[in-house]
Amino acid sequence: MAVTHEALADEMFHMVSEYYGKKNLKAGDLTKAMIAKYGEAECTKDDCKAAIRILMDSGRCVYSYFGGSFITLPHKEGAAPD
Amino acid sequence: MADQKRDTKLLDELEKGPWPSFVKEIKNASKTSPVCDDLLGQLELSYEEKKGHWKHGGIVGVMGYGGGVIGRYSDVPEQFPQVAHFHTMRVNQPSGWFYTSGSLRTLCDIWERHGSGLTNMHGSTGDIVFLGTKTDELEPCFKELGEAGFDLGGSGSCMRTPSACAGMARCEWACYDTLKMCNDVTHQYQDELHRPPFPYKFKFKFSGCPNDCVASIARSDMSVIGTWKDEIQQDDAEVAAYAAAGMDIQNDVCANCPSKCMKWDGKKLSIDNHECVRCMHCINVMPKALRPGKERGATILIGAKAPIVQGALLASVLVPFVPADELMDTLKELVSRVWEFWDEYGKNRERIGELIQRVGMSNFLDAIGLDPIPQMVTAPRDNPYIFFKGEE
Ligand code: SF4
Ligand code: SF4
Repeated sequence: MAVTHEALADEMFHMVSEYYGKKNLKAGDLTKAMIAKYGEAECTKDDCKAAIRILMDSGRCVYSYFGGSFITLPHKEGAAPD
Repeated sequence: MADQKRDTKLLDELEKGPWPSFVKEIKNASKTSPVCDDLLGQLELSYEEKKGHWKHGGIVGVMGYGGGVIGRYSDVPEQFPQVAHFHTMRVNQPSGWFYTSGSLRTLCDIWERHGSGLTNMHGSTGDIVFLGTKTDELEPCFKELGEAGFDLGGSGSCMRTPSACAGMARCEWACYDTLKMCNDVTHQYQDELHRPPFPYKFKFKFSGCPNDCVASIARSDMSVIGTWKDEIQQDDAEVAAYAAAGMDIQNDVCANCPSKCMKWDGKKLSIDNHECVRCMHCINVMPKALRPGKERGATILIGAKAPIVQGALLASVLVPFVPADELMDTLKELVSRVWEFWDEYGKNRERIGELIQRVGMSNFLDAIGLDPIPQMVTAPRDNPYIFFKGEE
């Protein structure tokens, strides 16, 4: 395998960081971006699934729900009281 | 604990009448739970002002999961500090909702330690719903649930917690093992349940026969309904016993058969099984005399939903009959093709049924590699988007 799940998770994290505050990304957006970059022979949907799990379990990213589930960086949300 | 009785004159109206009242239950719980007392206060305020006071919390959850917690905050936390956070947790229910009293006590004890103590048994997807906790209590509650053998269910754009009727555990009409299917599907798609990968939600519901006790035909994106392929099993002596006991077989059974495929000559009941649409009516009316056939399995349907973003949809048939022992493999194969297509073409917050309506059933069938068949058509000219091509 050309690209490890850990490396995919790192790439996804960078992508989420880069788009943070500009565009909400779904799991499907990250998956499509990774497949476009590495090609289906090197990076399958299942590889991306495993990478997203690593990303989430590490706590570097969280899911947000605002009319759909997105992957974002952890942050204090506006609605939460101090 | 409330020292004084809170003034809830508008909410009190909802205690009147013979039906169960959530106000009464919250008041009972408020004797021991200060959260419930503030909840009553905020609700009364909402009724007075005709305005909701909850704010949506979008990112609260437990580590690693993207579903199972629905965040909610009060927009008047100074007035009602106990409900400043009031998150809901969805707990994956056991297949068919079978509990021991011990497991119910365990769930309630966990929730009294970590939340308001208020539950909703069950939410519309079937989950055990724990109502009202603080962000800091989510992880400890999740940990205790895990130690007791429970997991969170789905929320957001994920596979929602699958649900099933009581099936073979209690019901003689079950044409396949709904409880096993529900359990197997839950385990098979753990990733899809906990880490939302889809454009929107996706629900599975499993009913053991066409009585469809979990309303899968109306409430699930993929509905699996038990049915049979051969003839209805008939016991003539029991038919005669029903007649002797005064049943009006002509009017109560034959006349209500939707395909009018039953005949009663006063002595003998005949069924033209080729015309039977497996509606269960006659079997429900004469359970001792008639039973589903012996060649059992299920019909797989797709695309139902309740009205949320768009209007309600009923499911369409995808595969008319799958033998019970091939059901899981067939479902897995079909689901992977359906999800692939949805992933590729679905818009954000578009359910699979809505996508099928947008692109047309025939294009959808083409994409997932199924041929249209007459069972997909409710009645002639009813599904104008399916065109049968002549033999080449
Ligand atoms: S759907 Fe059918 S098999 Fe399931 S509980 Fe209802 S009647 Fe029984
Ligand atoms: S199951 Fe329904 S359609 Fe079939 S014979 Fe009985 S009443 Fe008629």
